[in-house]
Amino acid sequence: MTEPLSRDDVAHVAKLARLRLTEDELVRYTEQLGKILVHAQDLSSLDLHGVAPTAHPFGLVNVVRPDEVRASLDPAPVLAQAPDVEDGRFAVPRIVGEAP
Amino acid sequence: MKSALEIAAAVRGGQSALVAVEESLTAIRARNEELNVFLYVDEDGARAAAARIDEQVRRGEDPGLLAGVPIALKDNLCTTGIPTTCSSKILEGWKPPYNATVVDRLVAQGAISMGKTNLDEFAMGSSTENSAFGPTRNPLDPARVPGGSSGGSAAAVASNMTPVSLGSDTGGSIRQPAALCGLVGVKPTYGLVSRYGLIAFASSLDQIGPFAQSVSDAALLLEVIAGHDPLDSTSLPEPTPSLLAHVADGVAGKRIGLVRELVDGADEDVVRAVNKAVETLKDAGATIVELSIPELHLGLSAYYLIAPAEASSNLARFDGVRFGNRVDGEDVTAMMEATRTAGFGAEVKRRIMLGTYALSAGYFDAYYGQALKVRTRMIEAFATAYQQVDMIIGATTPSVAFEFGSKTNDPMAMYLNDVFTIPTNLAGEAAISVPFGTGEANLPIGVQLLGPGRSEARLFAAARVLEIADGRA
Repeated sequence: MTEPLSRDDVAHVAKLARLRLTEDELVRYTEQLGKILVHAQDLSSLDLHGVAPTAHPFGLVNVVRPDEVRASLDPAPVLAQAPDVEDGRFAVPRIVGEAP
Repeated sequence: MKSALEIAAAVRGGQSALVAVEESLTAIRARNEELNVFLYVDEDGARAAAARIDEQVRRGEDPGLLAGVPIALKDNLCTTGIPTTCSSKILEGWKPPYNATVVDRLVAQGAISMGKTNLDEFAMGSSTENSAFGPTRNPLDPARVPGGSSGGSAAAVASNMTPVSLGSDTGGSIRQPAALCGLVGVKPTYGLVSRYGLIAFASSLDQIGPFAQSVSDAALLLEVIAGHDPLDSTSLPEPTPSLLAHVADGVAGKRIGLVRELVDGADEDVVRAVNKAVETLKDAGATIVELSIPELHLGLSAYYLIAPAEASSNLARFDGVRFGNRVDGEDVTAMMEATRTAGFGAEVKRRIMLGTYALSAGYFDAYYGQALKVRTRMIEAFATAYQQVDMIIGATTPSVAFEFGSKTNDPMAMYLNDVFTIPTNLAGEAAISVPFGTGEANLPIGVQLLGPGRSEARLFAAARVLEIADGRA
């Protein structure tokens, strides 16, 4: 069977998942993920036309509660656990770059 | 150590709750360094809780069904002000601002949390070897794994540090360590127990459940934590089922399916134990029906696409912004990459990438989409089986507890540990592992009883028959 995914695929997936891999890790994960996906190819050979997918065991439906005001978490202990806080808000590094 | 039922009866009868708490602390001091069971021991909190319960009893109030019962909590359950790590460096030092619903329910019934137990990082693993804080050792043979991912919670009960504990089961993470440590372990019906405050791994599969030395203690604990919770939108809107009252119901007149696919490939000693359990149930008045459910063979492949896909989405929240640790970077993307790269271990990265790949453009239909259809097939196959039988019996694991390092270099070999437990999670149904006999090196073997959704009472009754026959009455 052909390799189900290449080193470049793994590098691309790592980028999508916001992970940086070393050269060694790239090689290792390509081999390991390949092995797992070969196993998963058992499924692609099945004829499942017309079978409805199940995303959830009991068929989730929207669950709503009465639209009433109620207490939520106190912001102080929540913010106290954050890596960086400014003026009662979560602070992050620059998101948008300099204007070109 | 006394059972949870015995401790609660004694405390409600006037014995100080400190007796069991001190006994628990002594057991933890004796072996925690060797076994690495607890990541955090809440010594002061436990003593303070015991004093509060004693005060309640003095005032003539009833502290509840678990009065003074020490309990261990898997460290993926949020506990207000108490470190909750998921055994990951990314959450090291984090103290949740709220309790999981199950924790509140335990406290409301008088249980006393002794602390937080080790797990495979983010509950991904079958040996506890994936913890960022070192593996947990099996109390019955410290050269072997306790199973996983709830290995710490299993080891806490197996080493008599606490009479009961809580774990979570996404593909077998309660039943497999219960089998490897000689305990009763329950994966409840999806939706029976609230997951509010359980740090999510795979949301369509995760359930919280009990570990105990006895079927009755497991039933009592599940009764306390079960029931509708408006804070979890997947929680079944139904009254709490009565479980403890049905433990002695027996199996007379019940039809039990022996399913070939839940025994095939298991070691000889495990197969022998399952066959002996079948004879025991037959002697107790059950009718045994031999069945084949070929769809179960597809479970492992479907699970290792569905669970990582959901995990890749759930774990996106660990980005160094709102909680946990941050590694700085020049812009927000660099910060997130540096944080996640430093914070997650190898298995978590492997599953995030597998899931991201299975969900990515061009591969979605072939992998994730196909796995969801297999899931439908599996649910239908179980439903057909349950038209013929009331429950199913099989092995919990292919072997007894294995040695450290024996499967760490081959993810597929490790994943195969869960081949008999995964189908129940995919179907959202109920299953129990109960110790029955011993195998290689005199280590315990777990027999698994599976039933449709909401069949826990019937499974506990059958497990109790096996427990008595095994001399664990």
